Amino acid sequence: MLTNIVSKSPILLPLIPRCFAGMLSLALLAGAGCAPSSSSSALTIWHWMTDRDEAFQSLARRYELETGMPVKFELYAPSELYSQKIRGAAQTDTLPDIFGVLGESRDFASLVKAGFIGNLTPAMDQHGAAWRSRFYAKALEMDAFGPDNGYGIPAGIYGVPIDVTTIQLVYNKRLFQRAGLNPKSFPRTWAELLDAGRKLKAAGIPTFVSGWGETWLLDCFASNYAWNLMGRDKVLATIRGEVPYTDPDWIRVLRLFVELRDGGLLYDGVVTMVNKRAEQVFANEGAAIALNGSWCVNVYQGMNPDLEYGVALPPALSDQYPVVIWGGAGSSFMVNARTPRREPAIRFLQWLTATAQQQFLVEATHNLPSTHAAALTIPAQLAPFADGMEHAVHPSTLPVQELAPVVEAWGKGIQAILIGERTPEQVAQKVQQVKERELARQRKQQKG
Amino acid sequence: MHFWQSGSALRRIAGNYGFILPALVFFLTFSIYPFYKVATLSFFEWDGIAHTPTFVGGHNFLELLRDPIWWTSFAQAAYITVLALVFQNALALGLALAINRELRAGRWYRVIFFLPPILSGIVVGLIWSWIYDGRYGVLNHALQLLGLGAWQRSWLSDPATALTAVAVIHMWKGFGWGFIILLAGLQSVPVELYEAARVDGAGPWERFWHVTVPLMVPIFFQVSILTVLGTMQIFDVIVATTQGGPGYHTEVPVTRILATMLGSSRFGYACSLGVVFGFVLLASSMIQQRVARAVYQG
Repeated sequence: MLTNIVSKSPILLPLIPRCFAGMLSLALLAGAGCAPSSSSSALTIWHWMTDRDEAFQSLARRYELETGMPVKFELYAPSELYSQKIRGAAQTDTLPDIFGVLGESRDFASLVKAGFIGNLTPAMDQHGAAWRSRFYAKALEMDAFGPDNGYGIPAGIYGVPIDVTTIQLVYNKRLFQRAGLNPKSFPRTWAELLDAGRKLKAAGIPTFVSGWGETWLLDCFASNYAWNLMGRDKVLATIRGEVPYTDPDWIRVLRLFVELRDGGLLYDGVVTMVNKRAEQVFANEGAAIALNGSWCVNVYQGMNPDLEYGVALPPALSDQYPVVIWGGAGSSFMVNARTPRREPAIRFLQWLTATAQQQFLVEATHNLPSTHAAALTIPAQLAPFADGMEHAVHPSTLPVQELAPVVEAWGKGIQAILIGERTPEQVAQKVQQVKERELARQRKQQKG
Repeated sequence: MHFWQSGSALRRIAGNYGFILPALVFFLTFSIYPFYKVATLSFFEWDGIAHTPTFVGGHNFLELLRDPIWWTSFAQAAYITVLALVFQNALALGLALAINRELRAGRWYRVIFFLPPILSGIVVGLIWSWIYDGRYGVLNHALQLLGLGAWQRSWLSDPATALTAVAVIHMWKGFGWGFIILLAGLQSVPVELYEAARVDGAGPWERFWHVTVPLMVPIFFQVSILTVLGTMQIFDVIVATTQGGPGYHTEVPVTRILATMLGSSRFGYACSLGVVFGFVLLASSMIQQRVARAVYQG
């Protein structure tokens, strides 16, 4: 009926295409509103860090007061959504002036290769490398590509670390005491850890909790012991495909999970638990030991300010090689290589990583700073995490990275061990099969 | 002079099309174009960032045929779907029949039963994670009180129960949709038919079987199609509870597509999984519709 009315009305009819054109224009304008406008004078920064957003906003206001340059921090969470937003913006060339990159180093490399991330080496090396020298070398490593990187990217620094992180074991001192263990010292060897676990179990205290439903935490724990047992060279040789995962050392690493399982040391449901839940369990004194990163200081503070806990390196399995933990840059900012505000963006990041701002971030967010100077004034709870930096390595900084399907098979395989579905040998064999399949696929692609 | 003013017929056509054009443009932009893009990308190897994806022909489709985890995830979604078709819809029908009898405070029940569907899947997942918790969970506590302590377990981490436990969450979250649709269907059955059946001496069972069921067949099929489509695409509840684990025991197609896309950065392969998944869902809906038509006409 409405159609008839309109088609018979000489006034309404000509309006239809105009209305439609108007709607389209509105839609386009709305779409344009989603992308950072290049003509705006404000620096736009995208990030995913919900816990740091308030501190960032405060710093943005301070920067505008000091320099007159407005800065807009835009938060996009959760992290999966943020990653998608970055990819989408890259496709439409609407990345902001500054942004963080989440995910594997190959994603970072792809963004650099596609020309979305600028090389910051000249800025870092200006004035006698004054900016570069502020940072921990291991923090910068995460944002740099070496001369022989496998991605074919010109060597250089492509990001600015805002904070660093290390992942270690945390233990509840009160629960240790209740089980008759010394709360001031943590087991130094794997055998001592199992023994402490037995005492905790006898006292009715669940020993170990971690978000092992997130397989990267399983990978992290296993990786600590792979490095301890085999050393860097053999781990790298495995990633290159020169040593199989069926090697006895890798099977020994997998067997650690059998020992934890059979010793009854794992918290119920750890195999599907997300880390947030594991943090709740530990903060509520539901388990004595947890594997967690330095960000946990802030988390535990929020969940249970009275929690008394210590921080320790994973107990050594072997004395042949040092214990290595995962660590390095926690979060970094990259400068859009195509932004017309490249220089102001760099100046802002230089300001953000100056001692005063880094100290402010430490106080406000309890994260480890990425610069030496700010690290001198960190709170006591963070200090052992900072000490861990000398033992830290991150897979992303290695010259070769394991293939994603292999990493997935490894993590899921360990879960299968934890539920008693597979033996270490079966998992090793499966992982090796995936490795060979993926290497073959890669070779085929390279030939093609 | 504008072209639409040149003749009345042309004007009428232009006017008519003017109304559907915005919807058409939106449909083309947000439904057809993305599908076309996904279908195209499924023939490429692409990391989601690089400007130039590499053409690999039908390789992605050949690979997915040999991908046991993908087909396992499919089978697991199908298992949840079968459970939902039977138990979720039986519960929805039972409740709809009860409410249709004009129970006291029936309106409140309607609101209460429709609460789970409007809750976020992530929130529902978290609530049920606490219920299923191996150490402090309500379910284990209830079993203990009932003298069934031997049944206690960590429901979401035990491979024997994880998938069914997730299915129960999904059914709890989803039965409200079926309830509302079935209730609307029941209320459209003419009361006179029941009265006539009652006069003819039909009891409650006969009235249900010979009056309600035949008239509700189209609604049953509609609900079953929605159940299949909704359950096969189960995702948020799994992300909030098991992340697809332990191992691959609760992996479903959507979590697989996501893991391939974000975990492995293989967008092309993920698109091929999406295309196949889409076609399977389309085919199943078409089959259900044909069966429904045949049953209804028969």
